[in-house]
Amino acid sequence: MAITREQMARRASQELKDGFYVNLGIGIPTMVADFIPSHLEVILQSENGLLGIGPSPTPDEVDPDLINAGKQTITAIQGSCYFSSADSFAMIRGGHIDLSILGAMQVDVEGNLANWMIPGKMVKGMGGAMDLVAAAKRVVVVMDHASKSGEPKILNQCSLPLTGKRCVNRIITDLCVIDVSKEGHLELVELAPGVSREEVQSKTEPKLLFSSPKIMSDI
Amino acid sequence: MINKIVASAEDAVKDIPSGATLAVGGFGLCGIPENLIAALLKTGVKDLTCFSNNAGVDDFGLGLLLANKQIRKMISSYVGENAEFERQYLSGELEVELTPQGTLAERMRAGGAGIRAFYTPTGAGTEIAKGKLTKVFDGTECILEMGIVTDFSLVKASKGDRLGNLVYEKTARNFNPNVATCGRITIAEVEEIVEVGSLSPEDIHTPGIYVDRLVLGLKYEKRIEKIVTRKD
Repeated sequence: MAITREQMARRASQELKDGFYVNLGIGIPTMVADFIPSHLEVILQSENGLLGIGPSPTPDEVDPDLINAGKQTITAIQGSCYFSSADSFAMIRGGHIDLSILGAMQVDVEGNLANWMIPGKMVKGMGGAMDLVAAAKRVVVVMDHASKSGEPKILNQCSLPLTGKRCVNRIITDLCVIDVSKEGHLELVELAPGVSREEVQSKTEPKLLFSSPKIMSDI
Repeated sequence: MINKIVASAEDAVKDIPSGATLAVGGFGLCGIPENLIAALLKTGVKDLTCFSNNAGVDDFGLGLLLANKQIRKMISSYVGENAEFERQYLSGELEVELTPQGTLAERMRAGGAGIRAFYTPTGAGTEIAKGKLTKVFDGTECILEMGIVTDFSLVKASKGDRLGNLVYEKTARNFNPNVATCGRITIAEVEEIVEVGSLSPEDIHTPGIYVDRLVLGLKYEKRIEKIVTRKD
């Protein structure tokens, strides 16, 4: 059985390590903030100029001068700091972000990522995604395994315009976890409970390597 | 004596001509120069080229100038919240150049710092690399991006003094300090004008040298795009 969006966010939260500086993209990645294990100190970066995103505000705390990159109202934690957009992307492009978790339209065997435009449709823009994937120490994609119409999103070669080349390290989907190897192949490392290797392979264009995939736990 | 304070937002923007290039601070609707935008709506100048991370929404921010057909070209990283923008873009009335957010910020920073161009890994091997010089440094492919210098820059700060020193509030800082540096003429609007000396020299975000005109914003709507709250 495919896991839910919340379970995907929970699984993605297992990528966090104590002391990590992390940037979370819009959508399921943003939900990861709700599942950070309490024994970890993790600092969330917001690319509009904040280190230390806190929980959503109470109605009384709402401040129009304090939003995240998804333009949602937020709070800031003790020890947080604000900075300009150029400083924000200096820390991103300079390789100081330990982990970037973001959504995708397509990923391919080389770890190429497409998540910003569909030719022929109105393009909204790449925002900070190209900067994040160009330089974060580790890039984890969280997305549905296949499109709504059942088309594979994990491909031999991305057909959509790229956001970044050879940038994805790991893919977490509603069916499994796949690692992108430096040698240019994809390895199935975890399966969602009740999902078979055959089902995953049938919804994935490239041939997957199966060593000994574990079953996802604590989701 | 130096006194950069201008009487009104209208006075501050009255010499911005049609066809001017503008850099505008703000992220979404957060930290945008609301009063200067409203003043440009009144002067009615046309054919503006705007460097701004976003394009506002249909009825606020730069969306107001778009709706009034005062903008010819936008250079932005994300323009998803504006239906009129989409209509003008698809009909060819509006020219749009999408640029990665970090590249836009760095182009402004570089322009303001006298760096004419720089190599960045962002966007290498993608659509946005087309037509740009590419070079490999230590095994990393990079593309050449140009610094931005505009005719005018419009920024919004929380506090300022007559010398043009500025302090921003929380994430309303965003692009504003970078925009402040890249205008040949930089106009700042503030929520409060304070006496010289009352801002701690340690805490000033934008040194006054970058600011040419300062105006007190008379009205702040500070619209929020997405209010998200928790219970308790």
